[in-house]
This record gives sequence, structure tokens and C-alpha cells, in this order.
Amino acid sequence: MSTWIDVSALDAIPRRGARVVKTALGCVAVFRTAEDSVHALDNRCPHKGGPLAEGIVHGASVTCPLHNWVFSLETGLAQGADEGRVATYPARVEGGRVLLDAAFLRGRVAAE
Amino acid sequence: MKQKLIVIGAGMASGRVLEHLVEQAPEAYDITLFNGEPRGNYNRIMLSPVLSGDKTYDEIVTHDDAWYADHGITCRFGERVAGIDRAARTVTAPGGEVLSYDKLLLGTGSNPFIIPLPGHDLQGVIAYRDLEDTERMMTMDAGKRVVVIGGGLLGLEAAAGMAARGAEVTVVHIMGHLMERQLDESAGFLLRRALEDKGITVRCQANSKQILGQDGHVRALQLDDGTELPCDLLVMAVGIRPNVALGADAGLAVGRGIHVDDQMVTSDPDVLAVGECVEHDGAVFGLVAPLYDQAKVAAATLLGQQAAFVQKELSTKLKVTGCDLFSAGDFAEGEGREDIVFRDPARGVYRRLVIEKDVIVGAVMYGDTADSNWFFGLIRDKTDIAEMRDTVIFGPAFQGGAPLDPMAAVAALPRDAEICGCNGVCKGQIEDAILGGATDLGGVRAVTKASGSCGTCTGLVEQVLAVTLGDEFVIPAAQGICGCCDMTHEDVRRMIKSQRLTSMPAVWQACDWKTPDGCHVCRPALNYYLLADWPLEYADDPQSRFINERKHANIQKDGTFSVVPRMWGGITTPDELRAIADAADKYAVPTVKVTGGQRIDLLGVKGEDLPAIWKDLNDAGMVSGYAYSKGLRTVKTCVGTDHCRFGTQDSTGLGIKLEKILHGAWTPHKLKLAVSGCPRNCAEATCKDIGVVCVDSGFQVSIGGAAGMDVKETELLISVPTEQEAIDVIRAVTQLYRENARYLHRIYKWMALVGLDWIKERIEDPTERAALIERFEVSQSIYRHDPWAEHVTKQADTYQPLANLSLEAAE
Repeated sequence: MSTWIDVSALDAIPRRGARVVKTALGCVAVFRTAEDSVHALDNRCPHKGGPLAEGIVHGASVTCPLHNWVFSLETGLAQGADEGRVATYPARVEGGRVLLDAAFLRGRVAAE
Repeated sequence: MKQKLIVIGAGMASGRVLEHLVEQAPEAYDITLFNGEPRGNYNRIMLSPVLSGDKTYDEIVTHDDAWYADHGITCRFGERVAGIDRAARTVTAPGGEVLSYDKLLLGTGSNPFIIPLPGHDLQGVIAYRDLEDTERMMTMDAGKRVVVIGGGLLGLEAAAGMAARGAEVTVVHIMGHLMERQLDESAGFLLRRALEDKGITVRCQANSKQILGQDGHVRALQLDDGTELPCDLLVMAVGIRPNVALGADAGLAVGRGIHVDDQMVTSDPDVLAVGECVEHDGAVFGLVAPLYDQAKVAAATLLGQQAAFVQKELSTKLKVTGCDLFSAGDFAEGEGREDIVFRDPARGVYRRLVIEKDVIVGAVMYGDTADSNWFFGLIRDKTDIAEMRDTVIFGPAFQGGAPLDPMAAVAALPRDAEICGCNGVCKGQIEDAILGGATDLGGVRAVTKASGSCGTCTGLVEQVLAVTLGDEFVIPAAQGICGCCDMTHEDVRRMIKSQRLTSMPAVWQACDWKTPDGCHVCRPALNYYLLADWPLEYADDPQSRFINERKHANIQKDGTFSVVPRMWGGITTPDELRAIADAADKYAVPTVKVTGGQRIDLLGVKGEDLPAIWKDLNDAGMVSGYAYSKGLRTVKTCVGTDHCRFGTQDSTGLGIKLEKILHGAWTPHKLKLAVSGCPRNCAEATCKDIGVVCVDSGFQVSIGGAAGMDVKETELLISVPTEQEAIDVIRAVTQLYRENARYLHRIYKWMALVGLDWIKERIEDPTERAALIERFEVSQSIYRHDPWAEHVTKQADTYQPLANLSLEAAE
């Protein structure tokens, strides 16, 4: 059962940018693309732990600010020659508000 | 029995027809030559050397009175033919005399085009066409002011000729660059510079509005924008129109010119026409080569021989001393067309070949045209250049020999030789990647990361590819900006300037980006180019900046940040030090360190604490040190005359001034300066991007040092006597670097591409220096500010988490 919770207005996140949401289990990065779709991913690059929310967002990808690994915002998979995956969480926009699935966020450690 | 031939017009084409006739069949015709001008044939294209004083009129006469007399030609000079009666086959002379002909040859030439601007009929407004015009211009000697409308071949020759006589000449051209029909922008720019060096003022994109007069004589030209250009003489050289009046009145078929067939015969079989008055297969003619071809054909036709005129590729040369320029064929860009461009900015040499399917279709050359005939031959003969493509741009001297094989050295490297130092990739790994299927640079980079960081080994990796793959791999001519776009950084910059692209979407569109909104490689570069070129129009895009610049702090490996307050010229106070110490305590800064640039670094600050610590430092009078930026970092100093017994100048004072002037300036890469008070160089100024060494006689400004991935010593740019001049030179060279260097190239890399001499020339030229400084200050009026203060007041909340769900989750 999904438990959608309202975390903020969409406008609080810059286009082609991200903000973080703090949870008891670490930070989740919420990305907003140029087309206004939102994606929630762990804010941690699997390579050296870089904060993905600080990266450059292009298309539906983000480039880690530490060593330029590129991840798909949709699948969390590393692009190109790099290997690795960032956990992704359901996220959507409704009436200009960003909604995340709290049940998913809570269950993520168990799922790993 | 001799036939009667009447020739109307004693120009270059008809003159050549006469030569062919009297050489081949002196007895064939009884010839009468009419000419409106009171003289016979002369070489009209040599009028510019006459104007400039390099030749006299007598030297350009091609047929003198004796020649006409020797060949029995009846000359009727100064007589304009009144009419032609084709039915009766007669010509009426101005006095009413009627002469009959068997064959008539029209060589009536063309009329200069006069723009019907208000005031065009004033005295002192002339065209550049004949000896009278030339003589008129020759009176314009030292101190007289002349305006030439038209930046084409003719206008520039007129301008250069009068400038050579000491006149003050301004060329007004409606297009964006000179000689736009023959030259591309780059060559047009070089030509403009050369003319400006001769003291000629050039105004492009200038639209003439009206000609102002006084007492019936020209006084000034007024442009659309209201500018008035005072002048004693106004020369219009905007083009020519075939002179068809006589032919049209006689009922000949006329389009733009008098229609002729391949035999140069008009719609009347007994009337021929040659030269600028004709139209052949849709074309009209203004250059001399096809006119001579026509003359040969017309003579043959008159003698009953078989001949046909074929239009050929044309070439253009400008007859202005010191401006070596050549253009041939078609140099327009188009689908399937490729360019080979050679530039040597230091020597002012530029060559561009346009190639289509291994055949050269166009060539533009500036500065060194010695090989132009060879290139013209390749164009005319449609020579297949596939075999010599690599070296064709260097001209005939480099063809045919055995060039040294640049691959030999790479081929000889052992497998464990390191190719990419950044990522520790050796040749063997690259070879394995290629054997595994990588066929290009991107493929090798994806598998091995070789050349993926600083990129300096790109050439080597390409050579390994070439050696391993053999013919299957062609080294790309130029590296695209990134995977999103095939154009080079330089081409993208050129597009931004020439097409006035002032937003990122405009660049993506105009330069054919393959991705919707770029990537982390191209976006920061574009953001920089746009704000460097359009400081007033372009709005900086934080989402296209690396995190360091977006958050005005250096990100560390654990995601915390380092904060560096500015200490102007390395000077601080006990109060500032106390404030820094207090901030370090308050925000639990784990490490406090002195940086390599003489500033204090607070390492390990949490992202959400940044606005608060900045506010505390701002309150103590300190601003952002830009330690994170591709912009001015620090100006390192020694103590100079204040305390040092060797110091020759106030190096600390100059350092402070420079830092205050330059701070906030975004540059292609980080910019570090230092000022040393004497040649002992305690501030290590000779390994900075820009270094100043104070000496007894003044200030030595040197550039292009580095102490990073490469270690370089600076090279002397200029020695100046005063502090103000040192500051001016530094502002100018910084702006030159901003406007021209590729993103992420430090000054030494840029200098390696353009050459120190090229930079020197720009800086030493007082006009250019002043213009650079002006543009620098325009940009600094926007960007010389403290981003800390701005973020603290306007967007501190963006540094906080969007939401905190930790409590919710704990419930």
C-alpha cells in the first residue's frame, strides 16, 4: 500500500536541479528535470559516496559532482563504462506539489 | 574584299578582340573604333596602382596611337555613338554621320551603380570607374577626408589608394565583413585589420542614410544611426550594371546584359558583344579573365572560325599593397562540404579550402597567397585530392615527398608505456580495448577512461587507435565539444558571436546539439561562453555550473565544503583573524589551513551551515574568496618596499589593487596572479597565470605560468614604467583571455594555441587595449560582487533540506 506524502512545492526545486529530503535512514535526493518530472534517488553515489543532489542534471540523468559518474534518474543505473546502481523511489507531482511514497522510503533498508 | 567592322567601346575586352584580329587576319576587316572616353584602350584594372601612385597612366595604356595607326584602325575617340540601325546595318555618329557596317562589335562595358541616396547629385560624389574618377581621387592628398561607400574589391582599392596619398579614409560597408562575396568572416577580419593598420577606418554593418552638402558640395555622409562622417569627397563603389542602353535601343535581346550565345553573337547574327555589357547563360561579368576568353571567341567568330565561350571558375585578388588576398570558387558552407582551415594568427596567415567529395570547390587565402595559382588549378581541374588530403593545405611544396610518419613513434612504444597519466592507462590496455571492439576515441574512453580527464593525451590515444586499426581509423580533424555536439569549442564560440546567440537553447538549436539540454561537460562551457560574450544580456545559469560555483564553496570528498574568505593581496588584520577563529569555533570547523595562495581555508563546513558562516564572515567585513571559481582566485604578494630592503615597488599595494579590480571576473579556468617586489620573486610570480615582477624601471608583466598538472614558467608579455599601465595591461590581457580561450584552458594552454606574439600585438595596440579594458569593465559592472552576501539574503533556505522526514519515519 502506498502512502504518498507531500514534501514540498515543485517550485522549491530548481529546474535541472535537486534538493534533499532528510529521513531517519539518510538523505534522499529529489530531482526535477527540464520537463518538470521528479525523481527520488538515494543521495549517495555508489562510487565514493558523492552527494548526487549537488550534481548537474541533464536530460533524465545526473552527473555526480565528485568524479563525474552519470546515473539515469529513471532506473538509477550508472551510464557508460561505469557500473553501479542508485536506489530509486516512487515520486510524482500533483497539483504543483511533490509527493514521495513514505512506505517505500521506510522500507528501503530492508529491501537492500 | 575587306568587310567593315565597327567596334563601339575601347575597353579591355574589345581591345583584346582587336589584338586577335590584327594578329591573325590583318586584312580581314576595315575597322572603325568608337569610344566615349577621349582615349583608346588602357588596362582599367591597373587604375588602382595609378591611384596609389605605383604606376602612371602611360604605363597602363595597352594600345597607343601608333598601334592603331600601324594597323589601320580608324579611331573616333570622345564620340558617343548616337544609334544603331540594324535593318540598314548602320551606326550613327554623334555628329549625325552615318557609317555602314558588315559586322558590329559592342563593348560598351558597364556603368557604376549610384545609390540614389538623398544628396547623391552633390558635387564631390563620384563613382570609381574611369581615369577621370581616378584623377579626381588623386587630388585627395594628405589631410583630405574621404568616405568610400562599398567594402568590395573596388571600394577597398579606391580606399587604399587614397590612404596611400595621405587622405583620411573611412570605408562604409553595409555587410558584416568586407568583401563578403569573396571572403569568409575570418579572412574578412584579417583584411579589415590590415586596412586599419594602413590608417583606414572601417565601418561594417553601416547603413548610409543621406549625403549632406554645403553650397552644393558634399560635406558629410550620415548613417542610419545618426553618425555623421565628414568628407571632402564621397566615392560610391557599390557595384556595376551592364551598359545595355545602346543595344536595347537597337532592339537586341537584353536581360541584365546584352544576350549573347557561346559564339558571342547577340540576337542579331551580324552583331557581337563582349565584356561587361553582356549576359551569357544567365551570368554577367566583372573580372578580367572571362573577358579575355570572350575576346578570343569573338575574334574567332568574326574570322569564321569555330570557338565557344565556356564559363570557368573565377579567382579574385585584391590589388592593395600589403593585403595578400585570394579567393576562388565557391566557399559557402553546404551539405556534404567540408573545410580544411589553416590559421597562423601570429603571421596573419589564413587559408581555407572547401572540399566536396575529395575535390576542392573553393579556396580563401589571406596573408600568404604564393600558392594560390596551384590551388586555383586544383579547383579548375577538379583534381581528386584524396591522396594528399592531409597535407594539401600546406601547398605544393609539401606534396609528392615522403612525409615523416608521425605514427612511427607511437608504434614503437612498449605495451606498458603509460598513455593517460590521469587515469593510469597504458598502451596495452588501450590496444586490448581496441581488440575488444572499441573503434574510436569515445569507445576507448568508455572502456579504459583513457583521455577522459584532462584530455591532454587525446592525440596519443588517437594515434594508438590509428596504429592498431590501420586504415579503418581516421583521426578526426577536430574534437567536438562533447558527445552532445560535433562542433569544436572554437566553432561554438564563433557561432555565439557571429549569430548573436544569447541563450543556451539558441546555441543548442543553432549548433545542432544532439541532446535536449546538454550534459555536465558542455553546459558549464556554454554558460561561461555566453556570460563572457554577453555580460549584459545573458542571465547566468546556476544549474549549468559545477557545484563549487553553484554553492560558492569547494566540495570535499565527504560532501562537506571549504570556505575561504578573501584577504586582499594577502593582507589581514587581527580583527579579521579573530572573526575567522570565532567562525571556526562556532561551526566546528575541523581543519584550518593556509592555502597555497596566502589565504585561510576553513575545511569541513556542512552544506547547510554555509549561509550562516558566510554571514558571520561578511559581518566581520570579509567577502567570498572565490577559491572555488573558474575566475580570479588570489593575487599573491611579497612585502615590497614597505619592509623589504630589496623591494623596488609597492608590490603589496599593487596586489591589493589588482585583486579589487579583478575579483568576481569569470574566466575560462581559474586565474591566479602574483606580484613580486623584486627579481628575488618571493611571491613566485613567474609560475602564475599572470605574474608581475617589480624592477627599478617599473613592472614586468608576464603570463602563461602554471604549477598544476603542468609546471610552466611565465613568458614576458610587456614591461611598463607605471603601476597604472601594469594594471591596464592586466585588465586587457584578462579580457582577451576571457573572449578567446577555450573553457578549461588556462592561459598557458591558450597561449600555446594562439601564440604569445598574437597576444602581444593585441595588448600593445593602444586602440585594442582600450577596447578590451572597456569590455572588461562592462562585464565587471555585473560580476564584481560578493555572492556570499547575495545568497545569505536571498536564498539561504535553498541550503536547507527540502523536508525532514526523519521524525515521521521514527514514529
